[in-house]
Amino acid sequence: MIARIVQDSPVQTLATEAASGTPEIIWSAIAPNLILMLGGVLLLTVVSLLRGKSPSWFPAVWTVVTASLALIALFPLWARVQDEGAQTVMAGAVGLDGFSLFVTGIICLSVIMGALLLEGYVRREGLEGAEWYVLLLLSASGGVTMASANDLIVMFIGLEILSVAAYVLTAMHSKRISSQEAGLKYFVLGAFASAFLLYGIALTYGATGSTNLVRIQRFLSDTVITQNGLLLAGFAFMLVGFGFKIGAAPFHTWAPDVYQGAPSPVTAYMASGIKAAGFAGLLRVFVVTFGPTYGADWRPMVYALAVLSLLIGSFMAIVQTNVKRMLAYSSISHAGFILVAVEASSTQGTSAALFYLLAYTFMVTGSFAIVTIMGRTGDGTHALDDYRGLGRARPGLALIFTVFLLAQAGVPFTAGFLSKFYVINSVVAEGQYALAVIAMVSAVVAAFLYLRVVVAMYFSEDPAAELMESRIKVPVGASIALVIAVVGTLWLGIVPGAVTNVANDAVAQLVAFKS
Amino acid sequence: MIGTLLNSSTQILASKVAEEATSVSDFPMIPALIVTPLIGAIIIALIPRSRSDLYKQIAVITSVITGAFSIAMLVAFNTEDSGYQFVIDQPWISDLGISLHFGLDGISLFLVVLTGVIFPIALLGAKVDHDPKPYYGWLMVLMAASMGVFSSLDLVLFFAFFELVLVPMYFLIGLWGHSNRVYAATKFFLYTMLGSAFMLVGLVSLAVLNARAMGGPITFDLVEIAKNQAISVTAGRWIFCAFAVAFAVKVPLFPLHTWLPDAHTEAPTAGSVILAAVMLKLGTYGFIRFGLDLFPEASHWAAPVMMTLGVIGIIYGAICATMQKDLKRLVAYSSIAHLGFIVLGVFAFSVQGLEGSILIMVNHGISTGALFLLVGWIYERRHTRQIAELSGLQKVAPIFAGVFTLVMLSSIGVPGLNGFPGEFLVLLGSFASARWWGVVAVSGVILAALYLLWAYQRVFHGPVTEPNKGFRELRLTEGLVIAPLLFLIVFLGLYPKPMLDRIEPSVERLLAHVDAEVDGFELREVKFVAPLPGEVDAGHSEAGKTEAGHTESGKTEAGHTEGKP
Repeated sequence: MIARIVQDSPVQTLATEAASGTPEIIWSAIAPNLILMLGGVLLLTVVSLLRGKSPSWFPAVWTVVTASLALIALFPLWARVQDEGAQTVMAGAVGLDGFSLFVTGIICLSVIMGALLLEGYVRREGLEGAEWYVLLLLSASGGVTMASANDLIVMFIGLEILSVAAYVLTAMHSKRISSQEAGLKYFVLGAFASAFLLYGIALTYGATGSTNLVRIQRFLSDTVITQNGLLLAGFAFMLVGFGFKIGAAPFHTWAPDVYQGAPSPVTAYMASGIKAAGFAGLLRVFVVTFGPTYGADWRPMVYALAVLSLLIGSFMAIVQTNVKRMLAYSSISHAGFILVAVEASSTQGTSAALFYLLAYTFMVTGSFAIVTIMGRTGDGTHALDDYRGLGRARPGLALIFTVFLLAQAGVPFTAGFLSKFYVINSVVAEGQYALAVIAMVSAVVAAFLYLRVVVAMYFSEDPAAELMESRIKVPVGASIALVIAVVGTLWLGIVPGAVTNVANDAVAQLVAFKS
Repeated sequence: MIGTLLNSSTQILASKVAEEATSVSDFPMIPALIVTPLIGAIIIALIPRSRSDLYKQIAVITSVITGAFSIAMLVAFNTEDSGYQFVIDQPWISDLGISLHFGLDGISLFLVVLTGVIFPIALLGAKVDHDPKPYYGWLMVLMAASMGVFSSLDLVLFFAFFELVLVPMYFLIGLWGHSNRVYAATKFFLYTMLGSAFMLVGLVSLAVLNARAMGGPITFDLVEIAKNQAISVTAGRWIFCAFAVAFAVKVPLFPLHTWLPDAHTEAPTAGSVILAAVMLKLGTYGFIRFGLDLFPEASHWAAPVMMTLGVIGIIYGAICATMQKDLKRLVAYSSIAHLGFIVLGVFAFSVQGLEGSILIMVNHGISTGALFLLVGWIYERRHTRQIAELSGLQKVAPIFAGVFTLVMLSSIGVPGLNGFPGEFLVLLGSFASARWWGVVAVSGVILAALYLLWAYQRVFHGPVTEPNKGFRELRLTEGLVIAPLLFLIVFLGLYPKPMLDRIEPSVERLLAHVDAEVDGFELREVKFVAPLPGEVDAGHSEAGKTEAGHTESGKTEAGHTEGKP
């Protein structure tokens, strides 16, 4: 497929494109993105026209249906990509390949889970409204744009759509001061990170003469740059931007505060959907575009990010006393694990990262579903002590949470084990034994954190008083989300064959645009 | 009730054996071993809490059926075949060459049977005072995982079961253990997981390097990789070390043993029995199957270190056991000593040493399992395990004391009981190839007599102190539960031949494999003047060979087979 790259020079292509006027747009190729975006805008319109007469479950169902439609729309596209190979549409700005479709699928799944959790959450908190869902859909559409972008500017636009909606979602809990604080913190730091990314894009443009990834790739393979300081600075700045979005150390400091402060369903979306979109951008820019030519230059940087994320994520997690903060740090260490697969810079590594992201989506949305339920009115009871005795008070919830925690720890026959296994496999295939050992040892350290929660739920002598008194309600949406997450976690762990084949076929490709 | 249950179980067992003997070749035996307990676990999970009386019955029935399957395999096992039997090979994750590859040879067969026998006994012998549902459910999961570990012939599959074992054991210790249970459970989990972390990197590296050297697609098949021996010597040594860490934690070898006394002491009785009988064998089994078979060169290279650690374990475990004030902790430390013998025998690289190791693996399971059961019953009666608080039990409970004596003597390794043949063979094997290690290890036998007899003297002899006056005699049900173990203690002590017949071909195949792969390896074997105890009719020795000493038999096939009639 790579061979399809047009043989003429970048300058010529630029000239022909400029002459051809408005590029043709193949709408079907961006159907999932359109469905998400239009679904969001229509929802806003419909709810505004109904003026509060719509039933409270309406926006949630609408969102789930929209995201499911987007998910269904992926299948014909997938078949097309597998038959005809990857394509580029919209004048080379958007790529259509197995990779973008896989990540789109993860983001849609994450939206479905987020909407299912929001349904009961907003009712419990007395914060009903369609804005949550509109923002969720728009943010997802930004994520999909990011995953399929073949141009750095388009990718940046996608990132901004994704992030701005997420900033607002974080601050949406108007009754909790910590939610507002988290929103502001996320916004200020996120704006910094975006600026870094944009600066990196500018420097890369300066070094290569293009923002189109295909042309950048071709330029770098055709040309030997004698002074590559500009390009390397571009790498570093872009890594800061992406590192922030995926929550990799040392750009992780926002994560614990924001994860803790944000409404729990939003945190679930943040840890799965936003992370997937961030990794999609990172993989496409670094592994696919810069991988073949400048791998030796950026891989050490990613190596350092991976090691720092693994160590900081797992060691800081075990000293936390708040479950949401624990999961935030564990999310940092998971990001480190996926960065290990990025560092491998191979198709195998990309497949491993995709499998991991899908598995992590199930595990983390499931975990935050429990956290959402356990937060109770006010979304405030997240201390580890609030989970004491859950195994006795609500054995079902405790068992399901245990499945997610053990899966995150990497216990076999769950999604977590195989995703770790694939990552280790991809990195060992590149001869990076030390990195593999660091990753596995930090996974053991992280396991201690998950055990601490299990200990609190099952082994504590004095159960939390109000846990025994208060009736914990499990809303319908949350229970559906839990079922999806449990089934996904175990299914990927026991019969992963189908998904691994899809992940292997979901190759990221850069194909030049042909008008 | 338990009596009738036992009766019905034996009936099921008998009918199953009859049934399986006819169709054993085409019935998927090994999957049945893993699936049956899982079905039990699912049934237990589905039964509502109002019918809590059913949990134990279902657990016992499914574990007895599983045990019957394992015994049927013992019967159907072909003693002439040194390779894997009952083989199942189905793809699991085909793009990575991971398969559901199961099979048993003479080495793993007895560990599977031991698992099948110990679980029903542990279930029947130990009471649970709260939450019966998760207790029996986790025990069934544990049984399935243990069966899986011993029968897996794929590296990833083995690793998956090896890790999975941790979860039920963690909950068993943490939920039904004694005072310090949470600490012990967490320590157990993290120690083992840390070892496994290295092993996972090692096994992936092994598969990747093997595929690269062979130029074929990647495979995690144990048999395939062991046969190829394609990776370089340096890589082999590094990867062996990664595996060795995982197994050394599990054995446990000397510096990595500290989780064991805590876990064994804090676990509930059934947990301790299973930990000692089954879980501890994972490490030594791993050393044989995944050390010697996969890395013959590296294992031989590391043998002096491993034997030294084994001997340190023997002496250290025995000394620590002598010092213990807690009866259960004493038995736990005695396990470290026994496991040291096994490691010594495995790395002595001789037929006797390896055979002896496998014998000890099974017999330690039987005797230490029985000891933990008895200590558990003492605790049930007196609510203490402190040696100082127990005294003169022999006078109030003579039958109990008699059973304890028999089990204790078996653990010491008194000739005629099951502890002896294994230890004797290990010492013999190590004398042939590693004399000085053998010399030091012999003192472990004396120390074992010291700590166990001294403990026995303090607990069972002496004046009957006030709180011990009401010590209850062995109940009939308890007697019935422990009777199979007592039978095996005597039977395998007097007549280990059925075991040796099945173990020997596989051990010889393994050592022939080592011999073929390691340059300058010299198989040393002791030839006997007099036959081994229990081997009188095995014709193990040849009348013509009267010289006891080193015979180089590794060079020829005749050297391996001359012991046979």
